[in-house]
Amino acid sequence: MFFKFKNKKITNMISIVPNNIIKFEDEAGQYNFPIKRTLKMMDIMGYKEHRLFNDSVILSDVAVYGLNYMFENNIINKEDIDALLFVSNCTDHIIPPTSNIIQGKLGLKTDMICLDIMQACAGFVVGLLQSFMLLDSGSVNKVVLINGGTMKSRVSKKDRNSWPLIGESCSITVIENGGNNDVFASVYMDGVNSNALIIPAGGFRMPSSEETGKLQTLEDGNERALDHLTMEGVGVFNFVQTVVPEELKKLMDYAKIYDKDIFAYLFHQPNKFMLEKLADKMGMERSKMPSNVVENFGNSDSGTIPLVTTYNYGSLFEQEEKTVCFSGFGAGLTCASIIMNFGKLENCKLIEYGKNR
Amino acid sequence: MREKILEILQDLRPELDFTESNDFIEDGYLDSFDMVALVSNLDKTFCISILGEDIIPENFANLEAIENIVKKYK
Repeated sequence: MFFKFKNKKITNMISIVPNNIIKFEDEAGQYNFPIKRTLKMMDIMGYKEHRLFNDSVILSDVAVYGLNYMFENNIINKEDIDALLFVSNCTDHIIPPTSNIIQGKLGLKTDMICLDIMQACAGFVVGLLQSFMLLDSGSVNKVVLINGGTMKSRVSKKDRNSWPLIGESCSITVIENGGNNDVFASVYMDGVNSNALIIPAGGFRMPSSEETGKLQTLEDGNERALDHLTMEGVGVFNFVQTVVPEELKKLMDYAKIYDKDIFAYLFHQPNKFMLEKLADKMGMERSKMPSNVVENFGNSDSGTIPLVTTYNYGSLFEQEEKTVCFSGFGAGLTCASIIMNFGKLENCKLIEYGKNR
Repeated sequence: MREKILEILQDLRPELDFTESNDFIEDGYLDSFDMVALVSNLDKTFCISILGEDIIPENFANLEAIENIVKKYK
């Protein structure tokens, strides 16, 4: 499905990361595999270090911190926020919406819309699409989009498939009407394969219990519980290598904007190997698709696209405008992509939690 | 080529004899992470880039299958 929007711009983007850094080598001994075999994965997958918040910190805490930073530094005015979108699976509770909780903690006006959307890897792009739709309503002039992940309690430390690559971060993106360029987007949803990335327990289908919290040793040698993230690696990999390139090609044809016109591919960051193979499949230069987030921060779900942007191009995008392609793919299974002009932002920054106020 | 492939496999799992299995995946010689490491090493050794759509268990099930996939990209 394609979308086209007119006169939309991103004016601010802030990524907030933990200052707690954990090195892959220091954790290599915690898995049920020989250390030497585990260390072989370092270069290939881009496992160097990942960042996690302290145990008590969850995504909404970081979002409140980040928005307060933005208020105090006059990046955004409280009164101007007409819509607050929280697009992540890391909610405070099942009820109420986390966006309402954040609104209350920050003392935002009541004449606004708060909205939670349950999306993971594609959450940034899905959040942008929802933001554009709200801006087209005529009632909303400024949207604040919150993305990210604080998943550590839902990933087994004895699961070598998942633990080394998880990271935590929060991003805050401000979207407004303006600019003269069209925005082109595509969305692909494949619920038939929704089990490929799943946390089986903890929802209404299978409430968490003592039983779902018990670690089990699996055939592949990893240990995880039903409360933990399960990733069917081959299925996810095949989705990214077959569906994503096709969807991007279709989007480029729809937008009539091609590789030569695109400055950078700012994609979700599952791991370095998967992204390099994706770039090769699409016949593009690997340097146009940065893949250094997993090795330096870890994969923080819907926070990765803002993070790859602020980390690699923060100061550039405060100065210049370029045509970029954002793409998020993963849980759902979902692939959502946007081609748009992006840049000359008021702020495009990466900050550390607890250090900048 | 076969000798080089065997060398790579032995380096991945030195405790196993890869000439004794005809299905590395079924026999538990290679898991999905080993397959990724194998592809990365094959790419480097033979100066190729095996595309994602070909990174499926069937193409790495035994020495002959691996040889065939390398030849496809040479």
